[in-house]
Amino acid sequence: MELTFQQLVFYGFSTLLLLSALMVILSRNSVKAVMFLVLCFVATSGLWMLLQAEFLAVALVLVYVGAVMVLFLFVVMMLDIDIAARRHGFTKLLPLALLVAIAFLFILHWLVGDNHFGLEQMEAPSDHDASYSNIRELGKMLYTDYFYPFELAAVILLVAMVAAISLTFRGKRSRKSQDIDKQVRVTKADRLRVIKMESSSSSQQTDSKSDEESNENKDKEQDK
Amino acid sequence: MIGLSDYLFVAAILFAISVAGIIINRKNVITLLMCIELMLLSVNINFIAFSRYLDDLQGQIFVFFILTVAAAEAAIGLAILVALFRNRSTIDVEELNQLKG
Repeated sequence: MELTFQQLVFYGFSTLLLLSALMVILSRNSVKAVMFLVLCFVATSGLWMLLQAEFLAVALVLVYVGAVMVLFLFVVMMLDIDIAARRHGFTKLLPLALLVAIAFLFILHWLVGDNHFGLEQMEAPSDHDASYSNIRELGKMLYTDYFYPFELAAVILLVAMVAAISLTFRGKRSRKSQDIDKQVRVTKADRLRVIKMESSSSSQQTDSKSDEESNENKDKEQDK
Repeated sequence: MIGLSDYLFVAAILFAISVAGIIINRKNVITLLMCIELMLLSVNINFIAFSRYLDDLQGQIFVFFILTVAAAEAAIGLAILVALFRNRSTIDVEELNQLKG
């Protein structure tokens, strides 16, 4: 059986995609998992190129790998995770995972296999001519029929940004700033506390004197 | 020639792998988030394959919006994760049981 160039590209990228997806879920190190996820996205972008969705293939690598995966990498490196501890219970769940995956594959193969979506049912489309521009057609649709959803997508991104900042914003705790209102509103009772002390020494006069002194000392301490 | 079913089957395998990943990795929320990203990716492959074989660009428009929403979801999910790790200093799914329903 002779492989055409398209088939070679398809099988190459598909194998790369599936192997790196396996490594994502099996690798012990989270940083390595993110790296394999990046490889997944690059392989998928190759498949999309083969399907002549050039704009989305480029956007996947530039925007998705360039922004979202780097965000993942930042978070993985920021969190201090105990790698050894998190493998606990791995082998216990492995048979269940395999069972679910194989059942899923069986059902999906029955649904999307050759008998429903094979080349006889849906023949391969003819290639577009060289003057066809995927980006132009996509842009025409996006800015006419789908203009309202397009703006909604922008609002979703804005909301996500505000939510992410407000979730991780620590407030004034981390800053050493003055609160002028609080300083002005302070009363004597907040800073000063007069306490009664038992007299302990022998003479009455010196006693009362020392008592006063100690009180003053306490007050100074409170003031500080 | 490569049929539509080939692309759909690759996406199906990818989906099955990410479902298995969600079951296996119960100790790490980051890996769960990555598995969700893989699931969205497999759905996107389906959309683009159908868009090509039906010669209809609407599938690509949908992928565009899915990518937008997935980026927002990843950003918020990671922000929640950072806030969680700051408060509980763990990202183990089984230890996150404060919200007993």
